[in-house]
Amino acid sequence: MAWFKREKKGIITSTEEKKEAPDGIWNKCPNCKKPLHYAEQVENKYVCHYCGYQLRIGSKEYFSILFDDNDFTELFPNLRSGDPLEFVDTKPYKDRLEENYAKTGLNDAIRSGHGKINGQDLVIACMDFNFIGGSMGSVVGEKIARSIDYCIEHRVPFLMISKSGGARMMEAAFSLMQMAKTSAKLALLSKAKIPYISLLTDPTTGGVTASYAMLGDINISEPGALIGFAGPRVIKETIKKDLPKGFQTAEFVLEHGFLDFIVDRREMKAKLSSFLKMMAN
Amino acid sequence: MNTSFDFEKPIAELLQQIEKVKQVEEKTKVDMSATLAELQEKLESAKKEVYSNPSGWQKVQISRHPDRPYTLQYIEMICDDFIEMHGDRTVKDDKAIVGGFGSINGRTVMIIGHQKGTNTKLRQYRNFGMANPEGYRKALRLMKLAEKFNKPVVTLIDTPGAYPGLEAEERGQGEAIARNLLEMSVLKVPVLCFVVGEGASGGALGIGIGDRVYMFENTWYSVISPESCSSILWRSWDFKEKAADCLKLTSENMYSNKLIDGIIPEPLGGAHYDPAAMAETLKAKIVEDLDALCSRDIDELINERIEKFCAMGVVQEG
Repeated sequence: MAWFKREKKGIITSTEEKKEAPDGIWNKCPNCKKPLHYAEQVENKYVCHYCGYQLRIGSKEYFSILFDDNDFTELFPNLRSGDPLEFVDTKPYKDRLEENYAKTGLNDAIRSGHGKINGQDLVIACMDFNFIGGSMGSVVGEKIARSIDYCIEHRVPFLMISKSGGARMMEAAFSLMQMAKTSAKLALLSKAKIPYISLLTDPTTGGVTASYAMLGDINISEPGALIGFAGPRVIKETIKKDLPKGFQTAEFVLEHGFLDFIVDRREMKAKLSSFLKMMAN
Repeated sequence: MNTSFDFEKPIAELLQQIEKVKQVEEKTKVDMSATLAELQEKLESAKKEVYSNPSGWQKVQISRHPDRPYTLQYIEMICDDFIEMHGDRTVKDDKAIVGGFGSINGRTVMIIGHQKGTNTKLRQYRNFGMANPEGYRKALRLMKLAEKFNKPVVTLIDTPGAYPGLEAEERGQGEAIARNLLEMSVLKVPVLCFVVGEGASGGALGIGIGDRVYMFENTWYSVISPESCSSILWRSWDFKEKAADCLKLTSENMYSNKLIDGIIPEPLGGAHYDPAAMAETLKAKIVEDLDALCSRDIDELINERIEKFCAMGVVQEG
């Protein structure tokens, strides 16, 4: 029975001949736990085609879904955080930043781009949750402020896609003041009568909810997104009761009157461009 | 002083000694004035030593001292007349934020501030100074009223945070604060803000956008309380002193980081040692600033206000 007997021991394929194993092609839907193929995800706008769950995605994916042919000019791409307080918790903030630059390939928790959606100009600023929990520090505030200035100067509507745990603790009061800064700039945008759409995605909480995310001419969201000011754990500890089912979901927030509508990511672009068209005509 | 902190121990001990000596003097009728004078001198130097350079955490403690004056007490001391107004005209009246028209040296001013209680029952009634959305909406209603009649606005900030409750979420805590930030930044009357106690995060900022933002000497202002910061970053409350240092939340830190416009000095040991003197300092500052700001062109003032907040933040251009 020598035909299945191994003649040489060990791995004999040389490194050059090795075939790349496909990595990250399959992953599991966090909601229904069914396996999703990457190509299918892209095609389905990162929505689970079994249960409709809207997977958490970043600026790269949102830009590719919304901008025509994924064609856009990135605005203020090179802003990075200083470390004004020289903050050190379990590790220095500087090291934390370096790790996140390396891990995500991003410069901070936000990117901004100017492109067209179905032929109409739009500036989109989109937050990246992978970068320190999408936390809002000086860079996030500054980039939003400059994007708004850009919109006023070029008279282009502004879409803000929020996805954040709130203010960045390592920049303490500097983070807090970004709430003031972005809200003040939005007052100017409003005065210039340029449409501002705020899209709150899963999750949007804390200082982000309490500033630019809630100040849209229209506030919209995706199905099932967590939206709130205080986090669910904090509220539970405060009231010492279990929270009702569906508390702080987009549907809950819509029901209480703080959203204009909820739209599935697969219909997002069509709905946004129809709103923009109505504003322009 | 019925409450003293660990770091005030030397002072408390001296006060006790003085008290004892006085009792002995009364009982025995022996002249102890020399001893008393010596103890008084020691007390003064101990006070100077203890209070000359309090740490971040010590300031947080002083800012929370139960004897510190709150908004209504300041109003009583600085106004010739005051009419309190209630309600957000939508849901209810929030007891954690108070406000109304007051008269300071004959000038009508809209005064709005967080209010804490002075005993257990009142503390609950005031929800420990933690406002619900109605509080922020009442504040905005009053500011709009002031704008309509061209009266300047003064806010006094003292809150451990906006209330994190179920109803607060249902009624849009985030939206209420956000709306105030936007509206205050373009309010067409001068706005002065004073952090008189605790300045915790969005709950403080929600009435904190002004042409001049000041902190009382022994107060704190940051994005989170040192306790919560410690529990999030170190997963325990034991690092609150360290967190207080890291957050750079004192008036000196905030001023040197250009996040506030000035520091209002307090009586030695804190505002609670001499509320009347504290109120006098506050009143003088309000009068001085309003004299200067009320004659300014309002559009220019609003531009400066917006630019001031927009200049905050540290970024590097790569």
